[in-house]
Amino acid sequence: MKSRLRMLCSLAIITGLAMAAGLLAGCSQAKKEKVEEVKEPYKIGAIFAVTGRAAPLGEPEKETAEMLVAQINEAGGINGHKLELIVEDDEGDETKSLMAAKKLIEKDQVLAVVGTTTSGTTLAIMKTFEEAQTPLVSCAASVKIVEPVNPWVFKTPQSDRDAVLKILEYLEAQGINKIAFINDSNAYGVSGKIEIEALAPQRGVEIVAKETFGGEDTDMTPQLTRIKGTKAQAVICWGTNPGPAIVARNMKQLKMSIPLIQSHGVANAKFVELAGDAAEGVLLPSGRLIVAEQLPDGHPQKQMLIDYKTAYTGKYNKPVSTFGGHAYDAIKILAGALERGGADKAKIRDEIENTKNFVGTAGVFNYSPEDHYGLDVSAFSMVEIKGGQWQLVSE
Amino acid sequence: MKSLLKNDYGILVALMFVLAAPPILVKFGAMNSYYISILIFMALNTMIAVGLNLLVCHAGQISLGHAAFYGIGAYTSAILTVVYGCPLWVDVIAAMVLSGVIAYLVGAPTLKLKGHYLAVATMGLGIIAFIVMNEWHSVTEGPSGIVGIPRLKIFETVMRTDMQVYYLYWAIALIVILVAINILNSRVGRALRALHGSETAAAAMGVNVNSYKLKVFVISAVFAGLAGSLYAHYMTFISPPSFGLQFSIMLVLMIIVGGAETIWGALIGAVLITSMRAFLGEALGAYKDYDVIVYGLVMMVVMIFIPAGLAGGVSIIARKLKRGSAQPEEIGA
Repeated sequence: MKSRLRMLCSLAIITGLAMAAGLLAGCSQAKKEKVEEVKEPYKIGAIFAVTGRAAPLGEPEKETAEMLVAQINEAGGINGHKLELIVEDDEGDETKSLMAAKKLIEKDQVLAVVGTTTSGTTLAIMKTFEEAQTPLVSCAASVKIVEPVNPWVFKTPQSDRDAVLKILEYLEAQGINKIAFINDSNAYGVSGKIEIEALAPQRGVEIVAKETFGGEDTDMTPQLTRIKGTKAQAVICWGTNPGPAIVARNMKQLKMSIPLIQSHGVANAKFVELAGDAAEGVLLPSGRLIVAEQLPDGHPQKQMLIDYKTAYTGKYNKPVSTFGGHAYDAIKILAGALERGGADKAKIRDEIENTKNFVGTAGVFNYSPEDHYGLDVSAFSMVEIKGGQWQLVSE
Repeated sequence: MKSLLKNDYGILVALMFVLAAPPILVKFGAMNSYYISILIFMALNTMIAVGLNLLVCHAGQISLGHAAFYGIGAYTSAILTVVYGCPLWVDVIAAMVLSGVIAYLVGAPTLKLKGHYLAVATMGLGIIAFIVMNEWHSVTEGPSGIVGIPRLKIFETVMRTDMQVYYLYWAIALIVILVAINILNSRVGRALRALHGSETAAAAMGVNVNSYKLKVFVISAVFAGLAGSLYAHYMTFISPPSFGLQFSIMLVLMIIVGGAETIWGALIGAVLITSMRAFLGEALGAYKDYDVIVYGLVMMVVMIFIPAGLAGGVSIIARKLKRGSAQPEEIGA
């Protein structure tokens, strides 16, 4: 009897200890980037996928956010208040993202949060921000984040719809009205497919072939052979690396001479590297960060893009990425709202919504109560790859 | 037998007291309310682990696809409530039923085979379920997931705060544990124990081995389906990556670390692994990407030094304390 009692107690204790140990570990390990206090600092949070599968996106976002906060603080902070940034890593995992969101809101009591990196994680935490009445400026692209409008949630990346519209504009200018569409079967690829299926008929463009490929596929020859047998005048490919690069290579092998238009998902050096020679002549809609120097003088984005590029490359010794740009826009928009709204979550929210003509890396933002996306088709330029370099085709 | 009953129920009561602590700590400001959300995930993982524990410990089978049942439960609830406006709780029942039916369909043929074919079959099921979630766009909305799953209600009260969800989910988790204890202490449980000892002997004694194994497998899937449904109602958003092979492996890890000899191993495993998932990343700092190595190490250390798992280890210590230098006997029921 006595031993059972002992066993019972031990079990209860071990369970309790395990919980306590876990919780304590959490308390002591909370990562903070403290700054000297003059006035009460403004505390803001950030959730990025710094590690895990989305790390190539999340890392430049974190670095950009940290760089900007340091810049703002060096310049004296916001109305004399220093910014304190608390970065959480969600690894692109929805459950971890929710935990990070709760930690930032309840434990760190931040005024607002920037992030997350991936659409799924933002969608998983949006309701929490609405219920906690805390503003969230997301760096993820999905249109579901802003449609329907969640009063507390905004986003900075360009939507797939505007990329599709930009391509359709380009096709119209080139007199192309029959296209083949091939997409990655991931969330990004499917989103592009949905948009083009909805928008192409309105612009008198016929999709004569629809094909898909898996993220791990290494050969798209069968799909492209089928496309070759149709009357398609151009191939539009929607996906994230490495699939689109294989499509480009396979098209070259099949000696397909019709133009290949990629999506903004491959507007990075990795694509050129993966596709090699086959990247030559590939067209894509993209934000202007990769072609900043080629913009005409006086373009509103030119100077700020070059400044961001110089600062980032100077600090981290590597090229900028579009994703870092999303974090740049989010932090700047939030900083503006803090400057006008002060340490009041509801006022910050209102002020983000009142952001007009803000020139960011993704375009010129104009938020409103009905529009928490703030950009339109003008956020994109058509870019062509020439000699392994990005070449601005039309502004 | 009777004192054993007393023992398990006693632990259950003790557990209720332990669970009463966090809300009190939060109230007095000794603990941040953010940790409540972690405790909620512990409740969900406990439900699945308890079912898996029954399967591993008593049917001697392992499932590498329990994330699939978790996902089936979550998707059933999400689709029923968001698309078809199904009344709350009815969808939870439906999620449990569907998980059970699919487990039956997978288990019926595979459990007839000797050896660990269930592990292979469930792993296949996990992969298929994952592909279906990703590709069946018209129903599952594909990789972009389902948004706007309603929160659960009890009568007219919406479970909006974490504290409400905490009480509700842990109450359900305790019921799941209670059901599992009752199963183990019933005729079925005795048959299962016989089966665990020696299948041949059990069969010779007239125990329908396959039928019992199948029952346990279905029950464990129902528990996972329940947890999945509750997960969907708590998160309000689901998408496929939460239900992949990695989560199945985490679940098996919970069973191994916790120990498969008693039902409490499932609880300890779920609590420990959930805490590790929540805090290990931060603790490792820049070496975050190497967390898999830590999980692997934990598993190796447990397997080498306390093969009966943490719960088993505790009972060994308890016995040693009582008997002094006496030989530790075989642990178990």
